[in-house]
Parts: sequence; C-alpha cells; structure tokens
Amino acid sequence: MSTATQTPEASAYTPSAETIGAVLARGDRPKRPSAWAASLTFGWRALLKIKHVPEQLFDVTAFPIIMTLMFTYLFGGALAGSTRDYLQFFLPGIMVTSVVMITMYTGIGLNTDIEKGVFDRFRTLPVWRPAALVGMIFGDVLRYILAATTIVLVGLILGFRPQGGVTGVLGGIALLVVFSFAFSWVWTMFGLFLRSEKSVMGVSMLVLFPLTFLSNVFVDPRTMPGWLQAFVDINPISHLVTAIRSIMDGDWNMGEITWTLVASGVLVAVFGTLTMRLYNRK
Amino acid sequence: MSAPAIETSGLVKVFGDNRAVDGVDLTVPAGTVYGLLGPNGAGKTTVVRMLATLLRPDGGTATVFGHDVVRQADAVRGRVSLTGQYASVDEDLTGTENLVLLARLLGYSKAQARERAAQLLAAFGLTEAADRQVKKYSGGMRRRIDIGASILNTPDLLFLDEPTTGLDPRSRNQVWDIVRMVVANGTTVLLTTQYLDEADQLAGRIAVIDRGKVIAEGTPGQLKASVGAGTVHVRLRDAEQRPAAERVLAEALGTTVQQEPDPLALTARADAGGSDRGAAEHAARALAALAEAGIVVDDFSLGQPSLDEVFLALTDRPATDPAAGPDTDSTAEKEAVA
Repeated sequence: MSTATQTPEASAYTPSAETIGAVLARGDRPKRPSAWAASLTFGWRALLKIKHVPEQLFDVTAFPIIMTLMFTYLFGGALAGSTRDYLQFFLPGIMVTSVVMITMYTGIGLNTDIEKGVFDRFRTLPVWRPAALVGMIFGDVLRYILAATTIVLVGLILGFRPQGGVTGVLGGIALLVVFSFAFSWVWTMFGLFLRSEKSVMGVSMLVLFPLTFLSNVFVDPRTMPGWLQAFVDINPISHLVTAIRSIMDGDWNMGEITWTLVASGVLVAVFGTLTMRLYNRK
Repeated sequence: MSAPAIETSGLVKVFGDNRAVDGVDLTVPAGTVYGLLGPNGAGKTTVVRMLATLLRPDGGTATVFGHDVVRQADAVRGRVSLTGQYASVDEDLTGTENLVLLARLLGYSKAQARERAAQLLAAFGLTEAADRQVKKYSGGMRRRIDIGASILNTPDLLFLDEPTTGLDPRSRNQVWDIVRMVVANGTTVLLTTQYLDEADQLAGRIAVIDRGKVIAEGTPGQLKASVGAGTVHVRLRDAEQRPAAERVLAEALGTTVQQEPDPLALTARADAGGSDRGAAEHAARALAALAEAGIVVDDFSLGQPSLDEVFLALTDRPATDPAAGPDTDSTAEKEAVA
C-alpha cells in the first residue's frame, strides 16, 4: 500500500473545540456555482492530476509521434511514391486517428476514478450534476490539443506543408477537438457501465480499430470493395478527416464540416444523456 | 427546524436477490448523534448511501430535514455531508488542493476558498501536511482531512460511515473528540459502527441492524441493560479448578457461566438484573467468592459486552455467523459503493 508517514506533529494533534467551532460557525452560505464554473473547477482538478502525475502525458506525446513516424515510413513509399507526398494526404488523418484513440483514456480514467471514494463526495454536492464529468473531459481536451500539436509539429519537420497556413492548421485542430470532446461521452458511458478498467480498454479497442482503420485515413477508398466503401462512407471518422483535410488545405468543405458538427451534437445528446443516467444511478 | 434530521419508513434496497435493507424505520432527532450498530454487511452503509442521495431506495420513503431523498435530492445535498468508509478525498491531490476544490464547488471565491482551506487544515492539525499529497498521509491524518472536507460546508447532517475502522487508539480518540465538537456546534451526526463501545461513547440513541432490519433501538443504557451490563472474564492458574470455579461464579453472579476454548478461562455475564447493585459490585462479590473457595485467579476483568454478545443476546446467534451470509451481503455493499 502507500507509505504512511506519521510525523511527530501529526500524532501530537489534539482537537480544539475553539478552532473546530470557528470552522463550523454558521455564516452565510455562498451561492451555488453556475454549471460552467463548476465544470471549470473540475477541469482544474484534472490539471492538478496532470501536475502530480505528469507521466500520463506520455500517452499523448510518445504515442502520436510513433504512430506518425511508423505509418509515414511504412506506407509512404508504396502508396504515394515518397513519404513527403504521402504526408500531405496522411497527416490530417493520422492526427485524427491518434487523438480519437486517445479519447478512450477518458473512459479508463473515469472507471478507475469512480472506484475511489472521492466520487461519493462529488455526488453529494449540490452542484450541476454533469459538472464532474464535463470538467474531466475539459482536462482531456487539453491532452487532445497537446497530441494534435505534437503530430502537426512532427509532420512539419518531416515535410508536411499545409496550404491552409496557420489558420488552416488551427481550424483543423479546433474541429478535431470539438469532435473528440463529443466522442469522449461514448467512453464515459462505457467507463460507468463496465466493471473494470480492462474491459473498458477491450471495448475501446474493439470500437476504435475498425473505426479508424476502415476509413479514408490511410488510403483512398476507391480501391476498396463496394461493401467496404459503403462503410467508409458512413464512418464519421471519414467525414471528420475529409473536413479537416479541406480546412488544412485552405479549401473549407462546409458540407463535411457541418456534418461533423451535427454528428458531434448528436454524440453529446445521446451518449451524454446515457452517461448521466448511469452516473445518477450508480 | 421542527422536522427530524432523518425520518425513514419501510426503507428497502435490493441487490439481486439480496434484500440488503429490508424495511428500516428510523427517526433521528436534530442535534444528536445517532448510532447504526451492526456487523459487516448488515446494511448500514446501504442505509447511509440512500440517505446521502447516492443510492435510490427500492421501497419505502426517507426524508432529511423534511426533504425527500429522491424527489428533493438537491435540497438534501445542500444540507448533508458524507465521510465514507473509503477516503472521500482525492489521494493524488494535496490537502490544500482537496479543500480548495471542494470550497470552489460550494461557491466560495478563490480567495475565500484558500482561506477556508487554511482554516480547516489548521483546525485539524494538518497545516504542515497541507502541500503533501493525501496518499502520503497516515491513516489518522487521512481520516481528519476527510472529516475536514465533510464539514467544509457546515452541514446540518453529517454521515460518518465507520469513521474509526482501522485506526490506532490515539487516532480513534481524536476522531471521537472531533465528532463531539461537531455535534456541540449544532450538526446532527449519523454514525455507523461495528463497535458497541464507540456507539456507547458517542451516540445518544442506537439502532442495531442485522440483515437489513432494525432488531433493537434505544439509548445505549437501554440496549446494554437488555444484553447484560458486562462480561466477567476469569483466567485461572490451575485448569483442575475450573469446574469448581464455574459453580462458584454461577452462584455469585446468578447467570450461566461459559467455558472458553482456553482450558483456564471462563466468562460469565454480570447482570445487574433484578437487583439495584451495579455490575461491578456483582463482579467484585464473585471475585471474593472465588478467593474464599481457595481458587487461584490470575486474571479477572469486567468488560463491556462486545457486539458479538449484543448479537447473541438479540438474535441468539453471533454477529459473525458465516451461515448468515455476511459475505454475500458485504459484496452487495461493495457493489453499491462501486
């Protein structure tokens, strides 16, 4: 277990009626915080956890770098003649793949977090109910931004030259973050629903691998059999990648962007609701 | 406020085919400490979790200061706090961070939250540990920050779920002192415990819970009177003398005497029943009688009845009867916690 350090100061503690009485003096209770303020406070908790356990940032830096390097050099020559040419097509896609894969940690994190007693306390506070989960995902959004930025930087070093310039890159990252925030609610649902961290991981992989690989991330779907093309066409990841490619190219595909935003809204509405139902019932 | 702090009627919670709480009626007057006494898996934690709005009852009703725990859960949450069996603070965060986080969630401004956190840490003797992660705290310190976090909102009702389980005697006494001070400041406390002496020390009234039902209710005095005021433990020097000692004790105390597995030991209830003499006086007379009979006694003590003895008296079976399935019960409670 953890190391229990009993300092002499601590064991010498004697409760004093005066100080405890002062703490319990019934003054005016503060007004309850707004939904937004409560969510931000929970977001601050996520930041503090990153501060105390910085190793968790390894997932959002090393993993995307490896993904980018691996697939660029694995497929680049064969698919586009050179890694540099492939990168122009591939980078937005691998950025989406990596970040969407990282969203599963939201579920795993919630599953381990909620086992601890602290969630009992959060759930007995008179605050906006979803705040604890929204705040948690706010913390994750920071990780998504970090991962996306890492990949763009690696891409730029390897020769990725987006036509859309800084605005295009930032716009692409922004759309990805919006979608990932929405997609995280799928994992909060599984994080509450499934019993162990391992099963959350298992289900995440089962969903994420087909979703990211059976898409237009790695290759042009035109060479695929018809039935697979049909799946790729309805896969939200394909729509997201098409939208982000267009933004980074400076040629904003409003149809795909709208599709992605509507899909994000639907994800939050459906999985956010299911998550809150599970959270209240726990 | 005229409404009682807690009022439940026919409260039921079922996990699978296990009725963890099976028709509990409680009335807890405001401003008191009320003890829920029972073995592991009796349903104490489940009752507390329903009252704290963490679990939805499957039957019956419960109100906290007149607010229904299901329909008016938010009003209940505004007035209660819970210190669970497992530390209800974030172990990765420091003491200060934990308290500031909670203060912010209760609506304090940044500056007020820092001030409140510092004030609480000082009151609980944790100023030096303020910037250390809670996972590095000792068991006693962890309990204190936990209780500190629970009174941050000056609750009108505080749930303490087995607050001293696993603590050393010194830390336990500190927690007891804190509980007394909290009550003195007008907060009602619902305390669950497995220890009769803890309930006796702190609670004005006690409900004994077994298999999801209240099997006895009253003041500690009434409860102990129903059980017998105490137990005499005798350890002889010579096992040969045990039958003789048994006869002498039975006569002096007027109760049945039990032979312990240890061939030198005997125990007997020291009832004050029927006479106006105290249990200690009965015990003293028993000791004198043993000496008169020439029986050598190495150890003689009068102890409070244990939870086991309370259970034996109330249910005719010990609290830890494996056939009663406390294990399945506690699994159910753990599931509820998860």
